[in-house]
Amino acid sequence: MRRVVITGMGIYSCIGKTLDEVAKSLYDGKSGIGIDPKRYDYGYRSPLTGIVERPVLKGVLERRLRTGLAEEGEYAYIATKDALDQANVDMDYLLKNEVGIFYGNDSSAEAVIKAHQVVAEKHDTMLMGSGAIFQSMNSTITMNLSVIFKLRGVNMTISAACASGSHSMGLGYLFIKNGWQDMVICGGAQETNVYSMGSFDALNAFSIKTDDPTKASKPFDKNRDGLVPSGGAATLILEDYEHAVKRGANIIAEVVGYGFSSNGGHISQPTNEGSYIAMKRAMKDSGIDLNKIDYINAHATSTPLGDMYEAMSINSLFGKYNIPVSSTKSMTGHECWMSGASEIIYSILMMQNSFIAPNINFNEPDEYSKNINIINRTTEKKIDTFISNSFGFGGTNSALVVKKFKP
Amino acid sequence: MTREEIINTTNEFLIEEIEVNPEVIKEDASLKDDLDIDSLDFVDIFVIVERKFGFKIKAEEMTDVATLGDFYDYIEKKVS
Repeated sequence: MRRVVITGMGIYSCIGKTLDEVAKSLYDGKSGIGIDPKRYDYGYRSPLTGIVERPVLKGVLERRLRTGLAEEGEYAYIATKDALDQANVDMDYLLKNEVGIFYGNDSSAEAVIKAHQVVAEKHDTMLMGSGAIFQSMNSTITMNLSVIFKLRGVNMTISAACASGSHSMGLGYLFIKNGWQDMVICGGAQETNVYSMGSFDALNAFSIKTDDPTKASKPFDKNRDGLVPSGGAATLILEDYEHAVKRGANIIAEVVGYGFSSNGGHISQPTNEGSYIAMKRAMKDSGIDLNKIDYINAHATSTPLGDMYEAMSINSLFGKYNIPVSSTKSMTGHECWMSGASEIIYSILMMQNSFIAPNINFNEPDEYSKNINIINRTTEKKIDTFISNSFGFGGTNSALVVKKFKP
Repeated sequence: MTREEIINTTNEFLIEEIEVNPEVIKEDASLKDDLDIDSLDFVDIFVIVERKFGFKIKAEEMTDVATLGDFYDYIEKKVS
């Protein structure tokens, strides 16, 4: 089996649009959460969201390549361009080599709704324009990025709810490990427009602590009242180790384990068993002892049940080793389809800079979170290996183990 | 709407929205070969023409429209 390394990262998020900005926000415990007044007008129960500025791509990408990009595709383009640049992969390389893409995405609500609004008013589908179909499909990101970057390897979107980004990396890892691809672009993206989260808001799942938006996301805290939706995009370039060495690439980290499971239960309520199996499988795949994990990047979104079950499963598997845990969603909000990929980048930035980012707003544990070692202040610590969890609706679970690279 | 207004409005959206190179905007320029307009661009031009000129292009009426001049003529005929 081949070794799988990460040679490029790109991030576009509410806590920063470059790796340096994001590393600083993580270190400073800076929240990217705010209020979107349009959500009140639209009929949301909660106006809280990660505040992500929409990029301007006119003049950057030619019109035909922009027309099919929905909001999340624009974020994904920027993150992917940055990741490829860091991996030292240019268009000449892409034209001469087979590169694949697995990207996490599970909606394109604005494109669908806006196209429908045009037809409802004008009763003529042609007035939707040429971009509507390419923006509306769930595979909008892989469809567009594969054209923009001339990709000729494996090409598909991973739709697995809030574990989409993590599973995209897991599949990229398996394809390279098994020798089917030398390089795969992996990642996740999430739209933040007013149409994107209305149906999720309908479930009363979002925090309504609007007094201070930066304090609304409180993963694992006893007084948490729900998640804060967020978005952007995160891209990682996964590559076969020998291939990376041969082309002189800078190796950032190594993916050593992927675990997955499905709860086989409720559509929205998680379980502790499912997440336990995913983590255990990832650890077994990595061949690393449980006590060698230096940091756990929790999925914890700040919902009462989700955080409770994750605290239970982390305690069951890692309890006796008192491993530091934090949920970066306390700062970013829940980046949903993007989160599994962005949280690998957040954790790698901590690994590169030897600190654990705080689980901000964690002030008082509940009877489950008191059993795990939640870090609520920035903590200097050498991290050699971490595990990152991602769970989603329908009971899909994913866990990835990433190690500091050593030849 | 005068022919001059039609030409100005059309050229403006071709340059601003379809991002056609202003240097190739000439009456005898081929829409396909010189302006590099493909079938997907035509769908977007359909949308813009409805918004700017208030009528819907019919694909079957476009069969004889090959140059930019033909396109101005077509719009002029539809709006007059």
